Amino acid sequence: MFLENRVALVTGASQGIGRAIALAVAKNGAAVAVNHYPGQSDQADLVVEQIAMAGGRAFPVAADVSKRPEVEEMVDSVVKRFGSLDILINNAGITRDQLLLRMKDQDWDAVLATNLNSVFYCTRAALKWMLKSRFGRVVSLASVVGVIGNAGQANYGASKAGIIGFTKCVAREVASRGINVNAVAPGYIRTEMTDRISPQAQDELQGTIPLGRIGTPEDVAGAVVFLVSPAADYITGQVLNVDGGMAM
Amino acid sequence: MADLNDQAIFEKVRSIIVEQLGVEENAVALETSFEAMNADSLDIVELIMALEETFGIEIPDEAAEKLLTVGTAVEYIKANS
Repeated sequence: MFLENRVALVTGASQGIGRAIALAVAKNGAAVAVNHYPGQSDQADLVVEQIAMAGGRAFPVAADVSKRPEVEEMVDSVVKRFGSLDILINNAGITRDQLLLRMKDQDWDAVLATNLNSVFYCTRAALKWMLKSRFGRVVSLASVVGVIGNAGQANYGASKAGIIGFTKCVAREVASRGINVNAVAPGYIRTEMTDRISPQAQDELQGTIPLGRIGTPEDVAGAVVFLVSPAADYITGQVLNVDGGMAM
Repeated sequence: MADLNDQAIFEKVRSIIVEQLGVEENAVALETSFEAMNADSLDIVELIMALEETFGIEIPDEAAEKLLTVGTAVEYIKANS
């Protein structure tokens, strides 16, 4: 298993795409820290249990990733528990959709804090360890919305485009230290987050996907596993679109 | 750390440099510049962080920029720990 002896931290891993990533990374041998929002440990416990039953190693770690002190405590606890931190998957994200003219300050601030500030806090904290070990793989979840835009998601799209810029800058900063930093930009993926979209809008969305189907969390997890695998050792600073061809 | 004398500080700093920059111990003297040891900007940042951790001090960016040689780093640590 190519991720054996690797330690991974997946943020927002109790459901949706994060959950699929945690399971996939564990399946390939990595020990996985399953981050979840404080007070919502039930689903994270299930993910940990599922990994353990498949013979993998995992433990849940609560932290609001939009808060720096909680992030630093989380990263320290992962290193304490597993002895290192080799793989960081910045996945935690929220939506607060609204047309811009009706968008409230809180909608903007909350999305930027959870989706983008978290990537800054988590990556900075994780890089400290990765620099010491001269190895690291960081993959952040961007979105097709950050690449081609989407009406009603100015906050979300800005946060996701921000992740792409962040990824390219940091990739250049740490490339000489064996640390690869990439992003995955999912398109329309069937998760709890997208289930909230109206059936009519879902049908319309599906019509815009060249491959003709809505994606699954596993579609995205496969791309993430590729980027943290030895097959992607020569890839850094890239955005891999996993969107059925929505953005070309 | 206030009880550390110059030599003790130097030896600690030197061991951090040897570890961080992968240079030979006898290549690190008080007058040696970090530039001469081929330290790039990220090396310097890592070095500063290691010094902060080891000596329990904070080295602000403005001060860090002036630490160009091993000797200036030792002096700074002596004055601020």
